[in-house]
Amino acid sequence: MSEWWTYSLQDLLMFSPQTYYRLFELYNADLWPAHLLALVLGSSPLLLFFRHSDRARPWIVALLASGWVSVAWLYFWTRYASIHLAAGYFALAFVIESLLLLGMGWSHGSFIPARAARWRQRTGLGIFLFALGLYPVLGMALGRNWTQAEVIGLAPDPTALATLGILLLTGTRPFWVLAPIPVLWCLISGATLWAMASPDFFVAPGLALLAALIAILDRTKQG
Amino acid sequence: MNKASNITRRTFIRAAAATTLAPLLWPSAAQSQQSRPASRPIPSSGEALPLVGLGTWSTFNVGNDRLARDACAEVMRNFFLAGGRLIDSSPMYGSSQEVIGYGLKKLGYPKSLFSADKVWISDGAEGPAQIEASRRYWSVTRFDLLQVHNLLSWEAHLPTLFAMKAAGRLRYVGITTSHGRRHRELEHVMASQPIDFVQFTYNLADREAEQRLLPLARERGIAVIVNQPFRKGALLNALERRRLPPWAAEIGCTSWAQFALKFIISHPAVTCAIPATTQVAHLLENMGAASDPLPDPAMRARMAAIAEGI
Repeated sequence: MSEWWTYSLQDLLMFSPQTYYRLFELYNADLWPAHLLALVLGSSPLLLFFRHSDRARPWIVALLASGWVSVAWLYFWTRYASIHLAAGYFALAFVIESLLLLGMGWSHGSFIPARAARWRQRTGLGIFLFALGLYPVLGMALGRNWTQAEVIGLAPDPTALATLGILLLTGTRPFWVLAPIPVLWCLISGATLWAMASPDFFVAPGLALLAALIAILDRTKQG
Repeated sequence: MNKASNITRRTFIRAAAATTLAPLLWPSAAQSQQSRPASRPIPSSGEALPLVGLGTWSTFNVGNDRLARDACAEVMRNFFLAGGRLIDSSPMYGSSQEVIGYGLKKLGYPKSLFSADKVWISDGAEGPAQIEASRRYWSVTRFDLLQVHNLLSWEAHLPTLFAMKAAGRLRYVGITTSHGRRHRELEHVMASQPIDFVQFTYNLADREAEQRLLPLARERGIAVIVNQPFRKGALLNALERRRLPPWAAEIGCTSWAQFALKFIISHPAVTCAIPATTQVAHLLENMGAASDPLPDPAMRARMAAIAEGI
């Protein structure tokens, strides 16, 4: 698609804000009550994480990876593709991220809480909890309908943010392998919302860049 | 995002009811539906085309949302009722082509339709397959007009389109650009190729086309389709902060949208402007602009002065 470069950000917005949020509304209506399961499963990585058990690690990774795959298939491929020509590429990126998660998850020394500094862990915990509990109600606070809520494991933004939160809670090595796709997605999502003049356009990219900044500072501190 | 802008079943039913009852409740709306819009001939054939058409960028890309598809079909129904003909789309517009096809099927394929689509693919060899896919989405036997979208690989696509026209599988050939980009290259194509139509951006705030493109189109006998007449709504948003000048009534304008459209279609080289909308009320307002009196050059200068600085 070499022709993409000739278009500005506004030109690439192929749909109206009404269509975008209505997509979430129909998507949620079709998947309900899967959201409840998604929220339970979405919170489990955190519970498993604080067990400080090495046996919990594969479960954390498997849950995160399943969230990325479900968003790739359920959201991007079957829904977003109907209004966005690049949705297939986004789906592919989300599948790649899930494979990277699985690959890193089974490698030695990853996803262990003791390897991360406390301030880094606190930031990670904050981002994760925001993605899990506050992101779905963010739209309501801005006047959107609750039926358009974006939930972890089903919608891309909270899934990407929750993953970045978990990565901050873990050691340095997985972050630099696993963070680029979620950060990139958050930037793309923020650009889309900005083009739609949505007031919350800065939330996902802002938190993603904060996660990256914290990881950089931690790395610098460690020398 | 306010709640009012979300399409709900209740909103849709209300809109549909309002559209159905409008002729009974507001006779002027009924009159506007019955009166024919002003038209201008396509230079290469003399065929008359209403001065206002229907764009579909963004507005018709509603995916598989049945309710939104029905709302688009309702816009199309009112467009044809108001005497509209030209509907413009592109493979770049997501599901818009499918949604047009859905609407046409629902409306029984109105005979007055002037179907305008585009070819938009880098590889010229893949052009025919893309055109055929587009035709199937629309479910038309042939397109009236096919345009090379944003000049992409025009050297490869134009021979295909000219061959289709020669074989009777297409009536008109055109080329497009937007946002004032690549005007020099467009000018070159207009001067060197036997095209019937050209499409570019021209509005109260973007008037670069007045310098060379519009005079060249007139000189070469090329019909002009104007896209983004409202700068994707930004122009109207800026204008609506002010009061419509009283003298706008002299040219029959009752809104800024009509003011902006009348400015465009009063240029003698313009054949058709293609505003996009999802609302029947806006569509009727737009169609109402395609009526006499149109502004004369002196009035056009006053109109342009209003928009200076936007």
